Formats: sequence, structure tokens, C-alpha cells
Amino acid sequence: MTDSVKLNAKVSRRSLLKGAAGLAGLAAGSGAITGFPYVNSAEPKVLRYLGTGVNEGDLIGQQCFKDTGIKIEYISATTDDVTKRVITQPNSFDVLDTEYFSLKKLVPSGNILGLEAKKIKEFNNITPVFTKGQLPNGKKIGDQGTAPWKVLYLEGANSKTFSKTATDHVTLIPTVYNADTLGIRPDLIKRPITSWAELLNPEFKGKASILNIPSIGIMDAAMVIEATGQHKYADKGNMTKEEIDLTMKVMTEAKKAGQFRAFWKDFNESVNLMASGETVIQSMWSPAVTKVRSMGVPCTFQPLKEGYRSWASGFCVSKAATGPKLEWAYEFVNWFLSGWAGGYLNRQGYYSAVLSTAKANMTADEWGYWMEGKAAMGDIKAPDGSVLEKAGAKRDGGSYDDRMGGVACWNAVMDENDYMVRKWNEFIAA
Amino acid sequence: MIEDRKSLIAWLQAGPMMLVFVAFFLLPLVFVVIVSAWDYNEYEMLPALSFRGYSDTFEGCIAQLPELCTILKTYAKTVKLCFLTWVITLVVGFTIAYFLAFHVRSKTWQIVLSLLCTIPFWTSNVIRMIAWVPLLGRNGLVNQGLIDLGLIKVPVEWLLFSEFSVVLAFVHLFTFFMVVPIFNSMIRIDPKLVEAAYDAGATGFQTLVNIIIPLAKPGIVIGSIFVITIVMGDFVTIGVMGGQQIASAGKIIETRLNALQFPAAAANAVILLGITIVIISALTRLVDIRKEL
Repeated sequence: MTDSVKLNAKVSRRSLLKGAAGLAGLAAGSGAITGFPYVNSAEPKVLRYLGTGVNEGDLIGQQCFKDTGIKIEYISATTDDVTKRVITQPNSFDVLDTEYFSLKKLVPSGNILGLEAKKIKEFNNITPVFTKGQLPNGKKIGDQGTAPWKVLYLEGANSKTFSKTATDHVTLIPTVYNADTLGIRPDLIKRPITSWAELLNPEFKGKASILNIPSIGIMDAAMVIEATGQHKYADKGNMTKEEIDLTMKVMTEAKKAGQFRAFWKDFNESVNLMASGETVIQSMWSPAVTKVRSMGVPCTFQPLKEGYRSWASGFCVSKAATGPKLEWAYEFVNWFLSGWAGGYLNRQGYYSAVLSTAKANMTADEWGYWMEGKAAMGDIKAPDGSVLEKAGAKRDGGSYDDRMGGVACWNAVMDENDYMVRKWNEFIAA
Repeated sequence: MIEDRKSLIAWLQAGPMMLVFVAFFLLPLVFVVIVSAWDYNEYEMLPALSFRGYSDTFEGCIAQLPELCTILKTYAKTVKLCFLTWVITLVVGFTIAYFLAFHVRSKTWQIVLSLLCTIPFWTSNVIRMIAWVPLLGRNGLVNQGLIDLGLIKVPVEWLLFSEFSVVLAFVHLFTFFMVVPIFNSMIRIDPKLVEAAYDAGATGFQTLVNIIIPLAKPGIVIGSIFVITIVMGDFVTIGVMGGQQIASAGKIIETRLNALQFPAAAANAVILLGITIVIISALTRLVDIRKEL
């Protein structure tokens, strides 16, 4: 989700290990050691990890190496670029970390390979949000758009069709998800905001923003239009051409009237717009809100009565990943779900797919603040140790059940995607 | 015989560059043109003849008349921004080059001062964008200054995320591409010509118009080609400085690429290439660069 592009090459250790392997090979070849394939056993366990940056972090990579000996080489790109890379260069990565809505493009391409549920230790502990579309307490959540449970299973190992029932072949092993909403500047707005409709309120003329990634931007636009009562969509994540026309018409009128200060595309742009006061209300991502707050600027990830737009991502592998690479991929995914990474992600404001293991890796106070909506007893710290919230603070939107229970729709690729992209260009040009 | 040999050597000298040119420019370009006539679906290109990329692009262009369709609107905007940038960089670049060539006598200082023009390239686009906000933003330095001076009461909004800021950023970046070729043409002007003009009683302005501008023409045209081709294809600066609210030809291509609609992106690239070639050939019609060099 984040666009922060960093290339974590970290070749030094790898080349060192390679060098060692080479030496071992030389020794083997010289006849000093005979009969055993030493080269193979000395081969470092390296996985090339292509993803959008949400699940990534130097700390995760380091911890994984410590626990499993697998060296993760991150290749970070924007959501769009990840998809492009899978389609055009399927051999350039081993493990893929991507969002469920991309699957409608990725699965038919045949370039990715789903993992088998029975080889994932914690698979049965994965939150029912992914498997059944409901909270652990049984409450059903919104299913508009490309909800993960609609595309979680394939009919067979090499199948290109999604299965409606549970099978052993999982498209993406769930890792992380969140509920997104509008970010606001409470100090500049000075009144309660309760509806998505406020994004188009003339009161905020020239001070609103929306994100310029068509597939996500249109969902936010649909939330707004439904909130203003202009149209009720059958499925916001799969609009008809008429609905796309209507949505873009309303947005175009607002744009022409000068409602928007700017559109943003990059994580840092959204932070900058908000922190500088250029905008006071805009679509936003959770860590961006945290970042604005850490700059000492008040910013709220405002819960709204119409609910949240949600997204989720998970792991699969390249179809080119076979043999030991595939085994390491399973080892890595199993490690990822075993708790350390889950706690790390929860502490950033995301949600981990396996809640029980994440809980075991968080303090009671952290769990209370991030997951149960309780007031923090001590200072809440970021994974790097910096203070995020002072004691007494409560999370925006409250508990996991309140936030995930309020999900109205999921990021999506529509059947009319081609038409939508053209209309989006028209909107930008208007 | 000698002629043959000379031409062989000339071919050999040009050969490596030509190979690079063919392999990394002409061939990819041919592929782009071919792909632009293909069909596509959600995730792959279909190698079947289809002009969907083109017909989609010009959708509604006749039906919507007299109102302009998206693609024409986009090109009108792109050409407008390009023209404004060209005029301003030309005037500013010419002035700077004139100063460097005729007023700065020491070679060292000429080099030092022209290197100063590259400073805008020392930072990345995102950082530059972030740097413009505190200067031009609603609560930025310029607005604060104007308010403190009592010139305005409420902050001016058009300073940032507007056509103004886009052109400003372009000028800030690309004046350098004007300065270098014009400067290069100017230092070749024989100072005796200028002196002769003065001796013959020409005013400063007459010398400029009749001596310096005609002799600096090749530099002006080369600089113009640089600026026009870069601005016509730009989508990053327009996106960042225009608050993603201003359409550009390059932006359309980017959006199509991101949606994996490669043939449509290729079709748009071919259209952009065609329009840019028309502009450039009109320019070179005015000045025959080969003859002048």
C-alpha cells in the first residue's frame, strides 16, 4: 500500500556467503574433500521478496534471518508496479506479497503459484475475516469489491478459476489488512466529522484531497457519493458503466468548483499535504496519519458512519520458485505467521492475519491499545522505540471489532476496469 | 579509391553509435508501434490486429463537438504549458547565455557559473516538491511575506498546485537546457563582428537583432528542441506541481501502463511522438541546423 520505494539490496552479507560457498566448492573440486556435495549444503538461503512495502521492514528481515537463517532480499515497488512486474518479469522474484484485488489480473496470467493450506501451520488459526467474511465474534462484514474470501481459494494447483468453497490451494496466504478512512485535521476543522459526504462539503473548498490511483480512488469516491445520498450502488467494487459515469460526473463537478487542493499518489505526498495544512480532509492510509502525528501535527484517522474501505494482502510465490526455494518460501511464510511479525505489524496500526500468535508477541497494554480500543496505560511505542502516543490515548476508531466490523467495501478491480481508467483520465483532464 | 576508403572509415566511425541507436532506440520504437495496434485484456496483450488503443483514445471527439474531448483537451493543455515554458526558458536562457558569453571574460568563471545552473538537478523530484510547499503553499514564505507587507489579506492559492507552479518548476529545471546550446553558439561569434557593428553606428539593440540572434540561431533551435521534447513527454513534474489535477500527454500513458493496458499506452505514445515530431520539424523548417553548424 505504501509507495515508499526502497531497494534493500544488502549484498554484502550475501556476497560474503556466496564467496564462502565458492571456496567450499573450490575445496571440493580440488579433491581435498571428496564424495559430498558441499556446495549445496553451504548455499545460503535467500528469497527475493517482491512487495509494496507494507509487510517489509529491516527489522522483519533481520529477525527472520535470526530465527530461520533465510535472507530476505526486498524488492519494493508501488502496488501498480508490483503487478506489472509479476506480469512481465515472473522470474525476477521468489515470494510475492500483494493485495487480493490484484489477483483478478495475476491469477489468469499463470505467473504465480498459490501455496498449499496444509503446509501452513497456522492456517486454521487465520482470522475468519479472510476465510468466512466475518469477525471472530461471528459478525458479518461488508463484502462489496474484491473481498479476500471471494478469491482466497483456487480449484486446483494450476487452476485459473477461483473456488467458491475451501480447497487446499490458497491464492494468497493472508498476512496483513486494515480498514481505511478519511484523515482530518481536527485543529483546523474544529467540529465533529461523521460522514464521507464531508469530503465534498463546500466548507472545505480548496482543502480536500483524494488519491490518484484509479482503482482505489474510485472506491473512496463511491463512499462519498453514497453518503451524499445521490446513488446507492449494488456493488461499489463492481460498478456498471452508468454508475462509473455518474461517479465521475459528481467528482468532475467538484473538481471544477475547486473542491480539491491536489490529488496525491505517493505516501509522502499525503503526509506533506496534511502536515502543511494544504488539505484538512483527505483519503489517507493509517501509517501516514501516524507519521503526521509524529511530526507534532494533530491528525485523526476519522471513523465515519458509512464505514471503512478495507484492503488485505498476503503471500504467494512465483511459478518459477521450485525445489529448495519453494521449501524456504513455506518456511518463511510459516515464520511470518508465527507471531513476531504479526506483533510488529499490529504495533504499526495494521492487523495481523493470525491474531493469537501476534497477541503472544505484544504486551497486554499494547494489545489493549491497538486491538481492544482501551486507553493506553503507558506510552505506546513504535517498533523502532519512538513514542507514538502518550499514556491515556485511545486508538482512532476504537477496537478491532469496531473497525473491521465497520468495513463497507474492499479495494477492487472492476469488470469495467478499462472503461473506468479511461473515465478517470477524463476526470483528471477536466 | 581514396574516396571509398574515406567513406568506409566514416562508416566505421559512425558504426558503434549507429548500432547502439538501432538496438536501443529504433527497435524498441518499432515494437511500440507494432504493439499499439494490438488488442489487450485485463492482464495481457493479444497479438491480434486491433486499433482499440487508438479508437478508445479519440472516443467522443466527434460526438462531443464543439466541446473538446479528453485527448484534445489534454493535448491543448500540454501544448499550452509547453509553449509558456518554451517562451520563458528562451528569454531567460538567452539572457543568461548572453551574460556568460559577453560579460564574463574568464573561462573559469564561465564554467563555474554555468555549473550553477545544474543545481536544480541535485535533488529528487519528491524532495523538490516537498521544498516548494513551504515556499509557495498556503502558509508558505511567499504568502506570509505578502500578508506581512499588507498586499493581500488572505493567502493566494494559485501559487501552488496550479499551471503557474508547473511552469515555474519547468523553467527552474530546464532553463539550463537552453543556456548551454545558446552559450555554445554565442562564444563562437567573432567579437570583431560585434565591434564592427558598433563602429558602423549600430545601437545595442540593432546589434542584438541583426548580429547576435541570427548567429545564435542554431543554439536557440537545439535548446528549443531539448525543452519542447522534455516538456511534451513530462508527467512527473506536471503531476507533482499540478497537484495531480492537470492532465498531460505523458500522464495518460502512465495511467494506461499502470492499468496494464500496454497497447493503449503504446498508441498514446505513438500519438505523442507524432505531435512532437510535427512541432520539431516545424522548428527545423525555420532554421536549417545542419547548414548552420
